[in-house]
Amino acid sequence: MQLSREALLRAYRQMKLIREFEERLHVDIQTGEIAGFTHLYCGQEAVAVGVCEHLSTDDKIVSTHRGHGHCLAKGCDVDGMMAEIWGSRDGLCKGKGGSMHIADVDKGMLGANGIVGAGAPIAVGAGIAAKIDGKGHVAITFSGDGACNQGTTFEAMNMAVVTKAACIFVFENNHYSEHTGFEYAVGTQKDIASRAEAFGMKIWRGDGTDFFSVFETMREVLDYVRVPGNGPAAVEFDTERFFGHFEGDPQRYRGPGELDRIRETRDCIKKFRASVTSAGLLTDADIDAVDADVMDAIENAVAKAKAAPRPKPEDVLEDVYISY
Amino acid sequence: MARMMYREAVLSTIAEEMERDENVVVLGEDVVGGNGTAGGPEAIGGIWSTSTGLYGKFGADRVIDTPISESAIMGAAAGLALTGKRPVAELMFADFIGVSLDQIWNQLAKFRYMFGGKTKCPAVIRMAWGAGYNAAAQHSQAVHHILTGMPGLKVVMPSTPADVKGLLRTAIRDDDPVIFLEHKALYGVKGEVPDDKDFMIPFGHARLTRAGNDVTIVSTGLLLGFCEAVADKLAAEGIGCDVIDPRTTSPLDEEAILDSVEVTGRLVVVDETNPRCSLAGDICALVAEKAFASLKAPPLSVTPPHTPVPFARELETAYLPSIPKIEAAVRKVLSYR
Repeated sequence: MQLSREALLRAYRQMKLIREFEERLHVDIQTGEIAGFTHLYCGQEAVAVGVCEHLSTDDKIVSTHRGHGHCLAKGCDVDGMMAEIWGSRDGLCKGKGGSMHIADVDKGMLGANGIVGAGAPIAVGAGIAAKIDGKGHVAITFSGDGACNQGTTFEAMNMAVVTKAACIFVFENNHYSEHTGFEYAVGTQKDIASRAEAFGMKIWRGDGTDFFSVFETMREVLDYVRVPGNGPAAVEFDTERFFGHFEGDPQRYRGPGELDRIRETRDCIKKFRASVTSAGLLTDADIDAVDADVMDAIENAVAKAKAAPRPKPEDVLEDVYISY
Repeated sequence: MARMMYREAVLSTIAEEMERDENVVVLGEDVVGGNGTAGGPEAIGGIWSTSTGLYGKFGADRVIDTPISESAIMGAAAGLALTGKRPVAELMFADFIGVSLDQIWNQLAKFRYMFGGKTKCPAVIRMAWGAGYNAAAQHSQAVHHILTGMPGLKVVMPSTPADVKGLLRTAIRDDDPVIFLEHKALYGVKGEVPDDKDFMIPFGHARLTRAGNDVTIVSTGLLLGFCEAVADKLAAEGIGCDVIDPRTTSPLDEEAILDSVEVTGRLVVVDETNPRCSLAGDICALVAEKAFASLKAPPLSVTPPHTPVPFARELETAYLPSIPKIEAAVRKVLSYR
């Protein structure tokens, strides 16, 4: 199905926004001004955007420690996110969550999550709620090839099938669970989707470096899961992580020339531009205009985050229900 | 007032709240039972008979039988709570926090604070705790000290059928995650329960079950009855004991304990958790810090030893604080000076 010009521009803008958000963090983190642990989503943008472009705020997602892309794709405010990562009081979580815990429940974003594999059971609960409500909404959990080895993911897959939860397991295989290769850590040395199939789910596979592959695959997955009574489904997207597990990771596990190769041949943003311009759907000028707009938005977000008020010591005791 | 068992108070409160609010849903292992077998659904209705009849009344959407997957049950409760439902999830045995703790501790408990106060998480996690059934090391434990130590959880431990009714209703209507600990040795205990379908007991309000001016005894669960027996015996000798049931360990009614100790000057805390980093140690420390000037004797705690719960009848009896041990402790603080 052909996307409208507006839809194409919007999808591209979302991917580019994630890309530049992360590239800018990569630079700013090195100055030492940003505290804590940060895990960048660069390289995987087509997955978050190809999934979330189908969703409304009534559809829920549960994310991971590598969650910035999912948050932005689901509509979290870019200024609020940047401010949160800078630890400011204006952050989406008032500086209490940080990079790994960004959430905006009103947007259907039920939280990034610092515990690998913890999101899947939560999405099952949200998927049961969606099933009970019977309005065709869904809950999606993003999991990597690391989380696919957690017992919680197995429990969640079985429970979703048993309860017929309106739940989708999106597996993003970026080939590394932290610093360890997929070929080693996944004992079957096969894909992840086949595991989901073994739990009784209908499965799909797609190219996670190609927005159109993700988007069209997700259309089929969602058409299936939104039908009351069909229960859950799973989809695996093969993708790439352009940075390390965390910022500061020396990435000694990469093969010679690997990073250059994936940046050159597996970059979803380059592929999108090539695809839409060669097909005559958008011009280079259209895309350049989006790029400029995104760079402004990021610059603006960083400036606001730096200028935002810092939390006060007494804020430690805000949003608690019992103080001792 | 109606006379009913502790377990009946659990079941009837859940049923009343499900009737009142369609967002209340029940989930857990065997809360229905039998699904898919020739005998048909509701083969058990909960191993504690605390969900009997709910499936027939409210249907499969609201009474959700789960596989044996405690992490997924706790996580599903979290997901339901974040999306507008009020899950009442049963963990069956409190000991099973071991296999599901991440979802309780890192997820449910933290959402509100970690997300900047922007979300509610109205989940009730019910679990049966305590020794007295010879159920041995993995089905008898007291874990309230562990859960009480986790910011973001409210921890509730009713000791009577009326308290079950009032506290469980408060728990289900609360917008934050509540751990609801049911002592398994009390399920068959009967008591008077108010009929009012809005009868609620606020959290953080202790109950004074015996009044006296000589010693303060703080206890909960099965052991509370032991303490009351000791207080009754001593009363006949003219020794008066305040017996305080905190009802909730988080929030803790510090004021009730401190006010009592200011009068009595003597404190005995009797609890089923192991001695180190325990509820008893916590309350003794509270009194030492905030009521030191009132103390006439060092606070004393009566707890099991620092061992797993043993199986054999003789061993479990030796493990648990007993009426004679509690009485000895009370006499010891009385004779200090």
